[in-house]
Amino acid sequence: MIAFLLKRTANAAFVMLAVALLAFVIFRFFGDPVEMMVNEQATLQDRVELRERLGLNDSFVVQYTRFVTNAVQGDFGISYRNQQDVMVLIKDRFPATFELVLVATVISLVVGIPAGVITAVYRDSRLANILQLSSIVGVSLPSFVVGILLILAFSVSLGWLPAFGRGETVDIGWWSSGLLTPSGRAALILPAISLSTFQVTLVMRLVRAEMLETLRADYIKFARARGVPTARVQWRHALRNCLMPVITLTGMQIGNLIAFALVTETVFQWPGMGMLFIQAVTFVDIPVMAAYLMIVSFIFVVLNTLVDITYAWVDPRLRDDTARANG
Amino acid sequence: MSDVVLDVQNLRVEFPTRKGILTAVDDISLQIRQGEILGMVGESGAGKSMTGMSILGLLEPPGRIAAGTIHLSGDRIDDLDDTAMQSIRGRRIGAIFQDPLTSLNPLFRVGDQLVETIRLHTDLDKSAARERAKDLMREVGIPAVEERIDNYPHQFSGGMRQRIVIALALCAEPELIVADEPTTALDVSIQAQITALLKRLCRERGTAVMLVTHDMGVIAETADRVAVMYAGRLAEVGTVDDVVRRPKHPYTSGLMGSIPSLRKDVAELQMIPGSMPRLNAIPPGCAFNPRCGHAGPRCHRDIPRIDSTHTGAACWLGTKGEVA
Repeated sequence: MIAFLLKRTANAAFVMLAVALLAFVIFRFFGDPVEMMVNEQATLQDRVELRERLGLNDSFVVQYTRFVTNAVQGDFGISYRNQQDVMVLIKDRFPATFELVLVATVISLVVGIPAGVITAVYRDSRLANILQLSSIVGVSLPSFVVGILLILAFSVSLGWLPAFGRGETVDIGWWSSGLLTPSGRAALILPAISLSTFQVTLVMRLVRAEMLETLRADYIKFARARGVPTARVQWRHALRNCLMPVITLTGMQIGNLIAFALVTETVFQWPGMGMLFIQAVTFVDIPVMAAYLMIVSFIFVVLNTLVDITYAWVDPRLRDDTARANG
Repeated sequence: MSDVVLDVQNLRVEFPTRKGILTAVDDISLQIRQGEILGMVGESGAGKSMTGMSILGLLEPPGRIAAGTIHLSGDRIDDLDDTAMQSIRGRRIGAIFQDPLTSLNPLFRVGDQLVETIRLHTDLDKSAARERAKDLMREVGIPAVEERIDNYPHQFSGGMRQRIVIALALCAEPELIVADEPTTALDVSIQAQITALLKRLCRERGTAVMLVTHDMGVIAETADRVAVMYAGRLAEVGTVDDVVRRPKHPYTSGLMGSIPSLRKDVAELQMIPGSMPRLNAIPPGCAFNPRCGHAGPRCHRDIPRIDSTHTGAACWLGTKGEVA
């Protein structure tokens, strides 16, 4: 298990170095940072001095090493636009996005898994047909349309839930949480549902396909021959064998959700990283963009690694190979 | 006849398909007594597994029992709903399936699967059930039980897994075990161990066994009586000795002739010409008539049946001149 962990971590580190190279190239070669930082009246002398001070005359390798060293310490430089530390900006915004994605993921699993099992087990029932039909709608509707429709229904017409913002937040250290206040939770509902619509249908369809496959397996028939009650066979013996792809999908999709939450964040004016990124693009704020790229990739890589480790935890067959390798 | 554990009368299993109804099992009657091992032989598709599955109540839809009755120790079980069958499967009828590699759920420890089955059918608490699981594992010959009970199925060899499957079938001391090709997927050297184990355990407990197989060798070694199936019908039923040495049905003789022997120096194996008809193309009269060297006009007209003693051959050849 330890060898496995080390191997996965080394892989992850290598991927991050490659991403850092990309981010660095963008940072270094998209426009001249000196041009961005100095004002109109700066003399050539000022510019040369600044260039020297920023270390832009050093060799590529030296600059890249410096970039990586800084990035590892969480230093991505200073935003061109509001002259603030990029890391501080992201720290402010990250909790909002994270909580949104977390709740959306929970919704997608809590709704998607049972719906998938039901559509597989009661294949021709009315409930299964309704679920199947609505899943097509869920896959087809773009999330901003879902968001706008939700706002229209629950905020404008019914007035039950807020249409924008995060509500009140509570600070726990540097983390500002909206989960602890009633208004924060209320503000979270619509964006989370809107973000999870696609996810729910994805999970449901995956679970359904896997269940149909698994229910044909010999050990399911044998479990029935042992007298295990049908519901237990379906929800315990069969479902557990279906969870592997669901874990992969969820792990991958959390990364996607964080990256693409920016649509939902824009619709709901949610003060998350997506909004920060959209603003950065508008103002060609390259340090923010580079940091966003690095952080989103980091999340992807961490999730991938976690997914692999979870595999080993769920499926004893994968665990065993490494156990045997260690003697 | 009070010790009859399984009593199947005129069982018919049908599969409705788009092209019409297929009869997979046609008018089968058989009985198994306490402690008796009945071998069911026949080619693939002869309906032997289907008979076993209908006894377990595990026919895959759209398959259904269309006629006949099944009694287990006097209780009728063919008309029970699935919930009622759940308390019979595993408790009163144990099952052993063909492929031990796929019979066990790969994600659960073997001990957990044993404990689950034991607790479903008995009042034992968790630790008592675990002790019982260990006893069962020891009984089926698993070494180092204390360690092995927490292993996963993939950590066992095929033969060891089949031993665990047998332990699972025995969890609740059932009256009957349906063993569907229990040795087919195993190495030859392991096959003999497993059949011997099954035989010993059932003898000790007085468990009746329906042993479905296409391997006459296994039957000859293990079974007391044998039922030969052909195209969904019974061809011949009798003691192993009678059927193996003095087969009455031409199909059975052909089957015996096609077994290779190490001792006898036979130049060429006999074989039955042709192949078993598909279920939608069974000829009128005796299903075996296109391949039979003795077929007469009557064989193409009337279906032969085994008489009500449930022993003998379903063949018009029995009395001289009757095939005409």
